[in-house]
Amino acid sequence: MPAESLKCKECGATYELGAGYACESCFGPLEVAYDFSGLDAAEAKRRIQAGSQGIWRYGDYLPFSGRPQDPLEPGLTPLVRADRLADRLGLDAEVWIKNDAANPTHSFKDRVVAVAVAKARELGFKTVACASTGNLANAVAAHAAAAGLESYVLVPANLEEQKLLATGIYGTNLVGVRGNYDDVNRLCTQLAETRPWAFVNVNLRPYYAEGSKTLAYETAEQLGWELPDRVVCPIASGSLFTKVARGFQEWLDLGLVEGGQPVFNGAQALGCSPVATAFAEGWDVCKPQKPETIAKSLAIGDPADGPYAVEQARRSGGAIDSVTDEEIRAGIRLLAETTGIFTETAGGVTIGVLAKLAERGDIGGGERVVVYITGEGLKTLDAARDSFHMHEIDPDLGSFESEFEQRQEVAA
Amino acid sequence: MSVTVKIPTQLRAATGGDAEVEVSGSTVGEVLDAVFEAHGDLRERITQDGDLRRFVNVYVSGEDIRFQQGLDTEITEGDEVTILPAVAGGC
Repeated sequence: MPAESLKCKECGATYELGAGYACESCFGPLEVAYDFSGLDAAEAKRRIQAGSQGIWRYGDYLPFSGRPQDPLEPGLTPLVRADRLADRLGLDAEVWIKNDAANPTHSFKDRVVAVAVAKARELGFKTVACASTGNLANAVAAHAAAAGLESYVLVPANLEEQKLLATGIYGTNLVGVRGNYDDVNRLCTQLAETRPWAFVNVNLRPYYAEGSKTLAYETAEQLGWELPDRVVCPIASGSLFTKVARGFQEWLDLGLVEGGQPVFNGAQALGCSPVATAFAEGWDVCKPQKPETIAKSLAIGDPADGPYAVEQARRSGGAIDSVTDEEIRAGIRLLAETTGIFTETAGGVTIGVLAKLAERGDIGGGERVVVYITGEGLKTLDAARDSFHMHEIDPDLGSFESEFEQRQEVAA
Repeated sequence: MSVTVKIPTQLRAATGGDAEVEVSGSTVGEVLDAVFEAHGDLRERITQDGDLRRFVNVYVSGEDIRFQQGLDTEITEGDEVTILPAVAGGC
């Protein structure tokens, strides 16, 4: 079994592969450490290609001894070429959209939750729980239901209605907390000390976070075992951003892909941009913020992996930018109009930052750029409201003709 | 000013298993110093060069001290000081 321990990212102390997330010596985050020695690249590729049509095809790089039973397997989402989007942005580059809304509960969170729930079962937990900004809530409730586990989902009470409805329907214990995500997270960290539950993003966080690596593996495999030149990825806590880099690095080290790491561009909403601010100011830590943005799924004011995201952006020669709520709405619209993909506000943030990079001239001619779209537009419908006009007519031909003739005349 | 300081699971080896420590002080810094006096091992685990380590969060009655005056945040009677790892949550 290649997963051998939990290792502190700060001081290197190691722990058993149990439910734990913070180092006892320095409080640093724990991460799963593997021993991949003896892995043959050609054989490794064959094992992947002979695997399931989802994330468990990458089981050799996840913290399990066998392939978990998973009734709701996520992954292998479309990677689509977006030439019309590139044209609209004036880019002479190869732009690809990794549409991770195409997962069982319509966001990339299915990846991390599938891994965490499988680990919870392996460790003997009967109840799973989470602190969530919405997408994670959907995923935990659904995967717990499919696995027959009880679940508790804690969210800010003011979340988008669509995300509350798409959570409660799975029969979870849905708890709306009167506070922001960081309040919910603090409460869950305290609850994790007293309840015998698997909090997917607290005491099982080291495993949960590993699920994000599958986005990197898929990208590489779908590009024909090659890495992109640049990735544009949203940042909330910074875990996805850093784990995509880790996934690429593992495959570079193992010889499954060649070349070097892509440039990493992070995307935040201006109304909650602690990581972008730390990047811009040259800080090694993130100063927490009180979120005020329509991109609620990215509204983490105290980002746990913020410092590592900043390091990753710097090391790769990239950047972390932020966009306004208006730019977020425009980003959602632009992606929809050019690719037929309707994303949620987090995707609007990512496309907004892509547009900013294009305008700034950061993206070179011929570059291969992969843009991570992590969630579904139907979950944040308010962001689309009033962004277009509906023609309302009487049910007769004349009414239709006059509406559209009139429009043509205006256009002429 | 007497306050209760909540110790997270990860640090209880340094407090002999105690989940709470009663100390006095008028600022967060003074309170933590008093905690370190009682349990010397804690100092190195959560501070570095006189500052909190970067993955340590401290709350006074639920409010992150970084939204207040950091270690200079004043303590009032009845406050509860909570130390928690900052590495939880999100994605």
